[in-house]
Amino acid sequence: MSSATRPIKPKKKIYKRWVIYIVLALIYVWALSGVPVEGFKETAGQISKAILSGIFSPDWDYVYLPEGEDLLRGLLDTLAIAILGTFISAFLCIPFAFWAANNMSRIKANAGIGKFFLSFVRTFPELVMALLFIKVVGPGSFAGVLALGLHSIGMLGKLFSEEVENIDLGPSEALKATGARPLQILWFAVFPQVLPGFISYTLYRFEINLRSASVLGIIGAGGIGTPLIFAMQSRDWSRVGIILLGIIVMVTIVDIISGYLRKKIV
Amino acid sequence: MIEFKNVSKVYPNGTQGLKDINVTIEKGEFVVIVGLSGAGKSTFLRSINRLHEITSGEIIIDGSSITEAKGRDLRIARRDIGMIFQSFNLVKRSTVLRNVLSGRVGYHSTLRTVLGLFPKEDVNLAFNALERVNIVEKAYTRSDQLSGGQQQRVSIARALAQEAKIILADEPVASLDPLTTKQVMDNLQKINQELGITTVVNLHFIDIARQYATRIIGLQAGEVVFDGPVEEATDERFSEIYGRPLETREDEEVGASANESAE
Amino acid sequence: MNQLNEQKLPKAPSRIKHYLTFILILFLLWGSAYQTGSTFNELIEGFPNMFSVLDEMIPPNWAYFDNIIQAMLDTIRMAVLGTTIGAVIAIPFALFSASNMMKSTWIFYPVRFILNLVRTIPELLLAAIFVAIFGLGPLPGIFALGIFSTGIIAKLTYEAIEGIDKGPLESMTAVGANKIQWITFSVVPQVAAYYVSYVLYSFEINIRAAAILGLVGAGGIGEYYDRTLGFLEYDKVSTIIIFTLVVVLIIDYISTKLRENLL
Ligand SMILES: Nc1ncnc2c1ncn2[C@@H]1O[C@H](COP(=O)(O)OP(=O)(O)O)[C@@H](O)[C@H]1O
Ligand SMILES: [Mg+2]
Repeated sequence: MSSATRPIKPKKKIYKRWVIYIVLALIYVWALSGVPVEGFKETAGQISKAILSGIFSPDWDYVYLPEGEDLLRGLLDTLAIAILGTFISAFLCIPFAFWAANNMSRIKANAGIGKFFLSFVRTFPELVMALLFIKVVGPGSFAGVLALGLHSIGMLGKLFSEEVENIDLGPSEALKATGARPLQILWFAVFPQVLPGFISYTLYRFEINLRSASVLGIIGAGGIGTPLIFAMQSRDWSRVGIILLGIIVMVTIVDIISGYLRKKIV
Repeated sequence: MIEFKNVSKVYPNGTQGLKDINVTIEKGEFVVIVGLSGAGKSTFLRSINRLHEITSGEIIIDGSSITEAKGRDLRIARRDIGMIFQSFNLVKRSTVLRNVLSGRVGYHSTLRTVLGLFPKEDVNLAFNALERVNIVEKAYTRSDQLSGGQQQRVSIARALAQEAKIILADEPVASLDPLTTKQVMDNLQKINQELGITTVVNLHFIDIARQYATRIIGLQAGEVVFDGPVEEATDERFSEIYGRPLETREDEEVGASANESAE
Repeated sequence: MNQLNEQKLPKAPSRIKHYLTFILILFLLWGSAYQTGSTFNELIEGFPNMFSVLDEMIPPNWAYFDNIIQAMLDTIRMAVLGTTIGAVIAIPFALFSASNMMKSTWIFYPVRFILNLVRTIPELLLAAIFVAIFGLGPLPGIFALGIFSTGIIAKLTYEAIEGIDKGPLESMTAVGANKIQWITFSVVPQVAAYYVSYVLYSFEINIRAAAILGLVGAGGIGEYYDRTLGFLEYDKVSTIIIFTLVVVLIIDYISTKLRENLL
């Protein structure tokens, strides 16, 4: 076979590839140029060792203290913040979800505005919301609950609206034909279809919120984060260790339970 | 009684769905609408309960115009008309009983129905309806666990529980096999004869139409091209109208198996 | 027919499970409200505060924009570098966690366990620990983001690897490829697009995370929340928020478009 008959590699593809490489290279040059290169703190090794030994010899006494302010109560508080925050958002996001669903309004732009609103809420960091709520209701768990409750509307509203977009509209039509009112159509023909999805997404968001709730305390919005940041500031590494352990265990258990429930629902 | 007076429908994209229809369907009739796919059968049926709006003319049901009805009046008019769909349109995740009861919601306030506080008589009606279509033992089964034919019978029960005076069925057997087709059509016929419910059914197949109808209306391109008793709906007549004989269920079966063997 | 045959009716299933679930949820909510001291009263009392805060946030202090642009660029740098570190470390983790790459459960279960462990720790916590070790600045932030995104990318990628087509794997084994060749020629082509898409997805998450890491002293724009809120300069706070939102939305948009092109 003469080489002339062989197909040559398409030029355009090679072109595109090189453009991508060059853009990537430029991004990295730019990114690396801004990082301070002065070495680590000379104590870094020492502190790492202290932290590691703290984590491997946790302060077990802190798990339960009769006079309060212990690990269990901190974790319980964290759990409570996550539960309440998730519930509030799951409840509040429902009207937004219907607003943002393409198949629920005649005018397409209407749903578009709803979607934009939700993505705006989603992008507004929950910690910043918590900082603002602290100014409103004072420091403590309640500020955390409100922050999670408001922030999660963004993501849950989006997931819920996708669930609504996937429903079969046939049953709604059948109910309309029996002379049902709009709310009755919603309740009898739409809700049964979307409820399992709604519950599953709520559980999923609960898993995320539990992680968030465990750091809210760092800025004073309640939960286990507050004792954690205190312990870090006072370099009480074995207490940091037990708190970290507590968070990991709690999150893992909740993930397992929630994952099991989600599997059962679908 | 359903009266079509100079009814026309033009879809927003310009398609003529119905063209100057003048038809009167008397109480207790079993009317089958036939026609090729795209002839306007669904448009005809859906105009009756205003799932589709007509663009001119008027439809009058038992003396009052549904075309003019608004809000509450429209809902009350719809309450008297049961509808059966090709794809059943049951809420799959709900139980059979709940689906049948949902035919009753038009009679009660939103709050009452949302709380599930249906009166005892409604539950009785629902069970009676299920007995009539021979499926009462499935009352607490989730609808998605039923076969297609069973689901269609549940949707007939929904229309019965609704205490509808008219039943509209849009290709109710198009997705069913011959055996279940017979069950479903027999159910519709029995209801029509025993309860005197006016029944209008769209069918694709002329043989089933002849078997059950008291009157056949043929549509083509949105116009009525045949309207008469079954005896007049002969093959010759239809070949003349449509330029070829209308499909029968057997034709399709043969065609389908021919296709299969070809593949 | 009207009188129902009572014996033939099926029994309604027990609803106890539903009621119990309902009570359990109510109890959880009540307990949570009690534990966190959440009351409507407090919310209502806080309402006037909320409006005064919102009032001071509007209009934003546009002039402040100049002060934070450098910090915003740092934030993007942190996200780029953190994602890169995560993307690199994730590769071996993904390979070692996939059950069709490592035949021995003694390898993939422990590796997956480590991944799960990493994903239980929020990035802000990681950042706080790294700040304690390395001191203030963007470096601890980058490391925290790196570890955090390793968890995400590795998990998604190993699931993609487990879903690949077995054929090419077997044919590479058949031609006698060694492990590295085997991976380059049969695994990489099948998962590369997914992997890149997950890296971009993790970059979107990291941008959001990087914007708040400053709250624990790990660099980026987050540091400015402390400075401005501490002095109750809400108009500057809203400038930071709006700037962050705009940057995040732009990056999301670009990244989503790229991902759509990939898959
Ligand atoms: N929503 C719609 N928009 C535009 N044209 C439509 C719409 N629905 C139906 N049509 C058209 O109207 C005509 C009649 O349709 P239809 O009543 O569904 O026919 P059939 O039920 O007899 O198959 C067809 O040409 C169809 O393409
Ligand atoms: Mg049709």
